Amino acid sequence: MRINVDRDICCGAGMCVLTAPDIFEQSDEDGLVVLLRQPDAAEADIAGEATQLCPSGAITVADEGDPAN
Amino acid sequence: MAKTMPTSVAPMPLVDGLPVERSDPFDPPAVLEALREERPISRLRYPGGSQGWLVTSYPLARAVLADPRFSRRRELQHAPRRIAFEEEHPGPAEPGFFIGMDPPEHTRYRRQLTSHFTVRRMRDLEDRIARITAEHLEAMERHGPPADLVAAFALPIPSLVICELLGVPYTDREKFQHDTRVLLHLDSSFEEAMGALVSLRQYLHGLVVRKREAPADDLISTLIAGGGLDDEEVAGIAVLLLIAGHETTANMLGLGTFALLQHPDQLAALRADPSLEENAVEELLRYLTIVHIGPTRAALEDVELDGELVRAGEVVTLSLPAANRDPERFGNPDGLDLRRSATGHLAFGHGIHQCLGQQLARIEMRTGFAQLLARFPNLRLAVEPENVQLRTDMAIYGVHSLPVAW
Repeated sequence: MRINVDRDICCGAGMCVLTAPDIFEQSDEDGLVVLLRQPDAAEADIAGEATQLCPSGAITVADEGDPAN
Repeated sequence: MAKTMPTSVAPMPLVDGLPVERSDPFDPPAVLEALREERPISRLRYPGGSQGWLVTSYPLARAVLADPRFSRRRELQHAPRRIAFEEEHPGPAEPGFFIGMDPPEHTRYRRQLTSHFTVRRMRDLEDRIARITAEHLEAMERHGPPADLVAAFALPIPSLVICELLGVPYTDREKFQHDTRVLLHLDSSFEEAMGALVSLRQYLHGLVVRKREAPADDLISTLIAGGGLDDEEVAGIAVLLLIAGHETTANMLGLGTFALLQHPDQLAALRADPSLEENAVEELLRYLTIVHIGPTRAALEDVELDGELVRAGEVVTLSLPAANRDPERFGNPDGLDLRRSATGHLAFGHGIHQCLGQQLARIEMRTGFAQLLARFPNLRLAVEPENVQLRTDMAIYGVHSLPVAW
């Protein structure tokens, strides 16, 4: 699983940080999403949930491909 | 899976104004649940006479809220039932009232605020919220039973917290709580509601002007210092945050306590296992869904929704209480089950307007319920449950008061 974040459409609701704090962060400066790192295989479910919960659609799952970040 | 033609199924009922009457204090109006079982989208006649739509299912409500073809611009909306502060032909949102705007105006305002309401910033407030909560519960205990839980606990705690965050003097609370009550009361006349709104605006504008002269360590001063907003805009934002910051959480605390007391098995489970607290907050948000009128969205173009054609300009009302009881999304939806995972509920809305202060609300609720239950092991209603005054007559649902003993 590979995650993309789009800070231009992020509304700073914080659902990603609440759900998967090891993967997502909100920048102190603007409150918008920061992808800390790509989820590993064991984190696929939680990352998927954070993607689902994102209200603005700023977090998306990219096509399966190169697992390297 | 789209239906073929709307005419091929049962004739579509026309709902006349959004129903708010309830037969059970915690359940959405039965007619909304019946509509959802029949079809996820129905025709709704708005009080001003125009015809639009009412969405009652979870997937459709969520889809509309996330769809940029549906606008939040205030001048395009119709109120789904008569609400004094919502005119039939409203003008554009006033400066700072970003809940009535689309991008890029909405984005410009929200961006000024997002860094102040992050998960981390709100957790930094946790100790202060815990102290405020403890002080109020101590005072309630000293006062002795019976006490009104709304006046002693549910209303003052979020009011004080949002006052401190914004930099609004808490000593002015009677004024802004009174104005908010008039503004959000469904029986207020248009003149009364507008008077209350103007009064709130003037009050906060005065505060903004004073803070421009003498800044302090608070959000209003920070917004002024940011330089991107004029005084009218900062005052408008402050009105929104002040109302949203105390009125919604207050009703979740009041109605949430009522719900827990009426579900002793759930209350016992929460007392026995404090690790349920986070789940409990989400489930109470889902189960109670206090935003019971609207939100609304106006179609910017013709859009097909579940086989129905919503025409450009038509207004769609989303019933969040009905959506959050959708059995397709939440199993046994009418049961309060603090052990379930209720994440994904729509109590804070969805899409780019999703509640800015939701992380603050979560902490206030988690702290509030935990301390309340710990301090009062024998908390109980001091009146018969049918005598608890429900806020069906307000734009935000809840209880007007909750007499308790211990």
